[in-house]
This record gives sequence, C-alpha cells and structure tokens, in this order.
Amino acid sequence: MARDLCPSVKNILLLDSEGKRVAVKYYSDDWPTNSSKLAFEKSVFTKTLKSNARVEAEISMFENNIVIYKFVQDLHFFVTGGEEENELILATVLQGFFDAVALLLRSNVDKREALENLDLILLCLDEIVDGGIILETDASIIAGKVATHSMDADAPLSEQTITQAWATAREHLTRTLLS
Amino acid sequence: MAQPLVKKDDDRDDEAEYSPFLGIEKGAVLQEARVFNDPQLDPRRCSQVITKLLYLLNQGETFTKVEATEVFFAVTKLFQSRDIGLRRMVYLMIKELSPSADEVIIVTSSLMKDMNSKTDMYRANAIRVLCRITDGTLLTQIERYLKQAIVDKNPVVASAALVSGIHLLQTNPEIVKRWSNEVQEAVQSRAALVQFHALGLLHQIRQNDRLAVSKLVTSLTRGTVRSPLAQCLLIRYTSQVIRESATSTQTGDRPFYDFLEGCLRHKAEMVIFEAARAITELNGVTSRELTPAITVLQLFLSSSKPVLRFAAVRTLNKVAMTHPMAVTNCNIDMESLISDQNRSIATLAITTLLKTGNESSVERLMKQITNFMSDIADEFKIVVVEAIRSLCLKFPLKYRSLMNFLSNILREEGGFEYKKAIVDSIVILIRDIPDAKESGLLHLCEFIEDCEFTYLSTQILHFLGIEGPKTSDPSKYIRYIYNRVHLENATVRASAVSTLAKFGAMVDSLKPRIFVLLRRCLFDSDDEVRDRATLYLNTLGGDGSVVETDKDVKDFLFGSLDLPLVNFETSLKNYEPSEEPFDINSVPKEIKSQPLAEKKAPGKKPTGLGAPPTAPASTVDAYEKLLSAIPEFADFGKLFKSSAPVELTEAETEYSVNVVKHIFDGHVVFQYNCTNTIPEQLLEQVTVVVDASEAEEFSQVVTKPLRALPYDTPGQIFVAFEKPEGVPAVGKFSNMLRFTVKEVDTTTGEAEEDGVEDEYQLEDLEVVAADYMLRVGVSNFRNAWENMGADCERVDEYGLGPRESLTEAVNAVINLLGMQPCEGTEVVPSNSRSHTSLLSGVYIGNVRVLVRIAFGIDGPKEVAMKLAVRSEDEAVSDAIHEIVASG
Repeated sequence: MARDLCPSVKNILLLDSEGKRVAVKYYSDDWPTNSSKLAFEKSVFTKTLKSNARVEAEISMFENNIVIYKFVQDLHFFVTGGEEENELILATVLQGFFDAVALLLRSNVDKREALENLDLILLCLDEIVDGGIILETDASIIAGKVATHSMDADAPLSEQTITQAWATAREHLTRTLLS
Repeated sequence: MAQPLVKKDDDRDDEAEYSPFLGIEKGAVLQEARVFNDPQLDPRRCSQVITKLLYLLNQGETFTKVEATEVFFAVTKLFQSRDIGLRRMVYLMIKELSPSADEVIIVTSSLMKDMNSKTDMYRANAIRVLCRITDGTLLTQIERYLKQAIVDKNPVVASAALVSGIHLLQTNPEIVKRWSNEVQEAVQSRAALVQFHALGLLHQIRQNDRLAVSKLVTSLTRGTVRSPLAQCLLIRYTSQVIRESATSTQTGDRPFYDFLEGCLRHKAEMVIFEAARAITELNGVTSRELTPAITVLQLFLSSSKPVLRFAAVRTLNKVAMTHPMAVTNCNIDMESLISDQNRSIATLAITTLLKTGNESSVERLMKQITNFMSDIADEFKIVVVEAIRSLCLKFPLKYRSLMNFLSNILREEGGFEYKKAIVDSIVILIRDIPDAKESGLLHLCEFIEDCEFTYLSTQILHFLGIEGPKTSDPSKYIRYIYNRVHLENATVRASAVSTLAKFGAMVDSLKPRIFVLLRRCLFDSDDEVRDRATLYLNTLGGDGSVVETDKDVKDFLFGSLDLPLVNFETSLKNYEPSEEPFDINSVPKEIKSQPLAEKKAPGKKPTGLGAPPTAPASTVDAYEKLLSAIPEFADFGKLFKSSAPVELTEAETEYSVNVVKHIFDGHVVFQYNCTNTIPEQLLEQVTVVVDASEAEEFSQVVTKPLRALPYDTPGQIFVAFEKPEGVPAVGKFSNMLRFTVKEVDTTTGEAEEDGVEDEYQLEDLEVVAADYMLRVGVSNFRNAWENMGADCERVDEYGLGPRESLTEAVNAVINLLGMQPCEGTEVVPSNSRSHTSLLSGVYIGNVRVLVRIAFGIDGPKEVAMKLAVRSEDEAVSDAIHEIVASG
C-alpha cells in the first residue's frame, strides 16, 4: 500500500511513425502478455497520432492510465503512469528520456539513428527507471552514464588501442593529481 | 559474416524502410552468439550481438528454456572482457534473461567482484543486477556490501543500492529492515536523488509504525529536502499523517497545513502541483485552506504546457464536485480552455464549468459544447453526457435546452456505451422532471425507429410501457411501438408485444385497437412473440369484450417479481415434473445475504435503465417492499421515511447490528439488521428487547424475532411501536439483543442440540425530529417561497454559540433539520462573514416546509442565525422552530 506513495512509472515506449516498436520497457503487470502490450501500444499510438506533440509534451488518459508523449521526426516517445500519479513527475521522466536520447544521438534523432544505436537507447532506459522507480531524470547525467564507453581502468594494455591507452593514462594522471 | 550495424550511408535515401535489423532471425542470431566463446573476444562484435538479442526480446520474441540457458552461459564468459561498454550490455542481458536460481550461482562471484570494483559504474550496475536476480539466501552474503553501498560517496552507487532495497523489501523485508541506520544516513545525503530514494525506502521500512512515520515527517518538514522528487514524496507522507491524525484534532489548525502551503511556493512545478493536490484532497478541507491551492492551480491553467494545464484542470474538476464555489474564480480561465487543442483538457474544462456554472450560463455553455462534441472520442462524450445529466437535475427549469441537446447527440453516430449513457440520462430526466416526460418519451421513440442496439431498444420499450400509458395522449406512442413488430428482430418484437399489452391494460379506450394489433402478432414467425401475444390476449380478455382490466392482471403486467431471482432459480431447478404444478408461493422470500453496502449508499442514486424502474430503484422502494411483505405492518399505511442505518455496535464485534428507523403516520418500525460474525456459533430465537421508558409517547405493538441467525448471513428483526397519529414524537430507546446460542462444529457445520440463553447490550437509539422530515428539494426556491405566502410564516433569531467556522454551523443546522439544501446554498463561500441557506422538505402529514436561514459570524466565532419558516400549517412552522430551539 505504501508502495503506491512512491511515484512510479508503468512503462516507457519508443515507437516509430507507424506505431512499431523501436524500444519499449514495461515495469508493471498491467499488461501481462506480449499481445496485451502490443494492443496498448496500438491504441495509444493511434489515439495520439493526430496530436501535435512536437513542441511541448502532450498528455492524455487511456484505460485509467496517464500517458505523456512527445514526438520528434519519426519517433514517438511515451511514458505511462497510474491514474493517480502526479502528471508533472511523469512529464519530467519523459523529458529526461527525450533529451538524453537527443544527446546520445547527437541531435540527429530519428528512427534509423535510434535503431543503429539501439544499445544506447536500451542503456538509457535502464538508467532512467529501475523496476518502475525513477532512477534519474536529468538528461545530461543519464546520457553521461550511458556514454562512458571507455575502457576499464584496470584493463591490461594489450586489449586497448593506442588512443584508448592515451585516454586511460590521462585519466590516471588526473586522478593522481587530484587525490 | 555481414555486419548489419555498420552504417550504409550511400543507400540511406533510396531505401526508406531501412533498418539495421531488417530480416533479423532468431536462429541466426543465436548462432552468432557463439562469438562469446571466442578465446580472443571482440568487444565491439559481442556488443552488437547482445544488442541484436535484446532487440529480439524487445520485439516480443521469446527464447526457449534451452536457448535462454545457452545464451546465459555464453554471456557469462564475457565477464572476462574489461570493456565497459560490453560489460554494461552484459548486465542488461542478464537482467532480461532473468536466470534461474542454479544459473544465478554462476554469475554471483563475477557480480560480487564487480560490486567491489573501483569503477563506480561497475559497482552500481552489479548491485542492481545482483539484487534483481538474487534470492534470499544469497542476500545474506551480500548484505554487508549493500549496507556499505547505501552510504557510498558516489550517488549512483548509493541510489542503486537504495532502489534495490525498495524492491527487495517486498520479498525479504526482515533483511532490508536491518539497514535502517544506513538508510537514515542516506536521507541526509547531498545528492538529490539519493535523498529521494533513501526517503522512499525509509518510509517503507517504517510504514507500519505510525509514530515513526509521524516523527520522520515532523523532522523533515522542518529541514531542507533538496530534490523535488523527494519533496513530492514528503508531501505524500505528510498528507498520510494528516489523514491518520485527523480524528484527534477537532479544533484549531490542521497540523502540517503550513508545510503544504509553503510547498505551493516551491520553485519546482511538480512540487507546487503535488502540494496543491494534497491540499484539495484533505478530509473536510475548508474554503480558507483551499484558496491558496486553487490560486496556484489557476495559474497553471494558462500555462503553455499542456501537461500543466491538464493536471490543473483535472484537479479542479475533482474539487468542483465537492466545493463548486471554490472553483468559480477559475471560470474565465476555464472557458478559454474549451477550445484547447488537447481534447482531454477541453472536456475536463467543460465538465468543470458545468459543475460550477449557474443557471444563466447554461445556454451559452451548451452552444459551445455542441460545436465541440463532434471531434472528441466516445469516452469523453460520455463524461460530457453525465455532466449534462447532473446539470439538468440541478437546474430543472433548463430541461428543455438540455433535453434537446441530448436528443440531438442521440441522433449522431456513436458506440453502444455512449448511446446507453444518453438514453440513461434521458430516462433519469423523465423520471425526475415531470415536465420533461412527454418530450423525452418522444425523443426515445424516435431513437428506437433507427436503433441498432437490441439491448437499448428493449429497455426503451419496457420503459415506454411503464410511462407511456400515464401521459396525456398515450395513443401517439402506439405507432412507434407497433413499427417495431414489423421491422425488428425477435427479441425487440417480443418486447414490443409486452409494451402494447401494457398500454392495453392501462388505457381502456385503446383496448380494441391493441387487441387488433396483438392478434396480428399471433402470426409472427418467432414462437416467443406468438406466446406473448397469446398470453396477453387471454389475460386482457381479448375475446372481444372490452372489460375493465382487473387488479390481478395489472399486477401481473406491472408488478415486479418480488422474489429473489436466485431463490426462484433454485426452486425451479428443484422442481420435478409431476402432476402437481409449480407453486410460486413456495419460493422463499427471505434474501439470503442482504446487500447492506447498497443500502448504506447515501441518498437516491440515479439509476438508469440498468435497473428496471419496477425493481427497487431506491432504498425507499426497497424498504417499502420489505415492510409490505410483513403482514403485521400491513395496516400501518404508507411508509413516510426510512432513516439511514445507524450502527448500534462497534465495528468488528461479535455481533454487528445496525438499525433503520421506518416512520409511518401512526407507527414507527425499527429494523435491526444483525450479522453474526462468529463461525462457531448459531444464534436462535434472536430478538431485540427494547426499553422505551424514555420514550413516553411510544408503545410497543409488534416484535418480529429471527428464528435463526447463522454465521455471516444477515437477518432482520423488526420491532414496531405505536405513537400518536401525525405527531412528531421523539424519544430514546435502549436495546438488548437476546438469543439462544448454540455451538457449531465448523468442520461439519452442524450445531449442537442444546443452547444457552444469552444477552448482548446494544447502543441506545433515538428518534429525533429530523426523522419526520423528508429531504425534498424544490426547483425554484424563490417561486415556491412566494407561492407559499407569509400566512404561516414564523421568524425567530437564535444564537449558536462559538463555532469552528460558518460552514460547520450551516452543516449542523441542516443536519438538525434533516432538510434538503436548495440551489447549492449549503456551500459557504470562503471568507464569508454571513451566509443564507435555503432549505426545503416535507414534514410528516405531507406538509411542505421551506426554510430560509441567514447566518452571521462575528469576531470570536460566535454564530447567530435568523430562521424564517414557511409552511402550509402554522403548527408545523412552530414545530420546526421547536426543533431548532431544543437542538
């Protein structure tokens, strides 16, 4: 019961301009099967299709859930929460996801780019919400966590390229200097 | 092997449907996953394969148990690589695969190593993965590290541990509860989100300890909470504490209200909104408390962000249901939202306006709604229809334009639910506003001429059969009904035949024509239609002689089946075909489990077609039916009023008893609803011994005890008193439940032979003056007041002493009189120093009473009032003053 007091996200969806999945993540049991998930996505997609959610995030209710959405190019972003959820908290999650994706795809935000960097999108989702609980909403922090693609500092040099080695060395140096 | 992830920039433009995953196939990807076993790992290549696997899972593809195990074991090999990017994909993959317990052991050591890594990213993610896949036994091993992680300097690590704690609390509460010291420390963290997660976990650890939660809230509301999310949490916890402590503080200010109000000035919008919403949802919120919250919500209404406008208008819409006056200030902003691009916002704005608007604005609003109905979805249309229905009941004089609106939208396209909502609304209006009956019935007739929903057609035909014959010109409906017999499916045709018969029974002049029509139905292709026609022709005497329909036939046609359908069904099932015909009187009339909850529902709920009008549509009807079935009460006359149930026992005691007071002209009947909550007991010869020594004018005449009261099957005991005819006698009654108790073996359900006599003290019961007053509203108070004239007017002034607020005083007087407030005058605008309430009711003896009370409050909260009563009888006017004077 008290769990309900904690703001929670039921799902985050990233669909393309035909309503097909690019990446989706469900955190609640409201949609137990893949077909119920697809049905929800279809209904949300078709009912929001005509709205103009390109400048500001838009909002609507479906099946007693609040859905907040924003579109860019051929990508449709959705965040769903329960009926009683604070709309503005959900909007912050959506904005965090939206902006983080923009940062990661270097402002070239479209379906093709998103699919080509699907690993980044999936990591991004992983950094925003954990099991329904909001982890982080600041887009630059989310993108920062996802983009640390450098080598493990303890890795043996044999696995590293020259540039990576350089970067590691520089990092090492800075750390020693700072500490 | 091809590398689909490599960009193919050259063919980008001519291939619109390009996707790096085009033609991806599970089998092939699983083959590719073999690269995980290579001695020389290619991190980039491995990442790509994992991405493909994740893509497949994300698209809804599933792996068989064998496939999943294979992938899992292959993925665990990748812990050898030290590439951060690859490791993160490995973490994701393990979480998606949700390995079984014996598989978890394989990765445990790798993950535990990562939990102690110097790299923050490893620590944070390893914690999340491990906690996701672990079970209780493993948890004790890693508990030490988790406690450390909670107070880790790195906020990402701390958050990971705290959030994992929140999840683990569901499965392993006893372990997580041991971390409360560390969590407490994390609440003080400088990192915004750590504080949020720590607060969430700490509250959940302590949620069952009210005192601890209260302390937590007290200390935090004084301190500084950094993150807006944490602040929202704190607001939620605060309102919970307020809710739970509300009973103890009757006077003075609400605890923590200042904190909530302070949050309205927070810089984050989500906090402002959370606080505003919390204030509007406070129990018994006063107008003064509401005002600041309404003000910030009003600002949100004109925001450029749709989400903000939506949140604000949705909250105000809810407020408007209970405090319409408080929201009227926002009406101008609300009206501009009617044309909002976002139709959800527009609908909420319209329905809010319909709730707060006054009579003069109805027509203008209707015009605006008409323009916008065509481009909203059905579910919003239903919301609008419901708002219009309640508006029409509020302003009955406006029924014409509202009814027109409903009939117009009834003609337009729409799904079943929408059409049903409209039809239900029209039916309710017809029932509650007599003037609207004829036009409403005609609208329904037109609708069934072209109605694609069988359910709605039959319901309307049924309703026509009840209401149509009572109109001034019943013959005009016949054509519509008989058309159904020609044009519709068998279900509707049968229903039309029944309706025709009802007209025939009620309107003698129509009888010959009805007979002609019914005879034609004898040739119908459907046997149900033919059967009905034959039956009705016989019962109505269709052999040509036009005789007055006798009472039995009318009962047959119009009377409801006053048997519980469940019992009826069982009896029919038990009936074995024999010489002896089925006797309907053998069906038991006692309802097995009485739906108490339904009876407790306040007031008359508008019931649409869902409940046929002959069924107990309201509690009064239900009671009337119940009482009339008891022969001893048959000569008491018409039931004047039944009170709401009054509890005579504390909640959760051995026997739960509540009582309903039924007032008749010369009698009062107490209906004791008893429930036995002990499975091991059977009560027999249950009766209530009533001591009426403090109710001199009453004398006990009848007691109807209960033969048996088994476990969890409610039963009723009735005790009737005689009192002087038409006199509003009052008094106090003390009650004692007396019974024989028998032990029941719960395994066999059999009761022992011998019982013991016992008694159980119930609380006292009072009959008060308000019991003799019916809450009956008038549509136009001023007209009614003036028509009543000043002949029997009685005016006097009263001091009410110090009161908490004007609202409280107004409510107290309204409850004391038991009258219906008119024109929304039970709501006191915020900060008012004076207020006038208009009340209406019907006093015993069917005397209409109108009351106008002017309240005033002065500095030290002393409330005074001037009470003017008008009725058709001086004595009654005096009696009302008597009630107030003695109350």
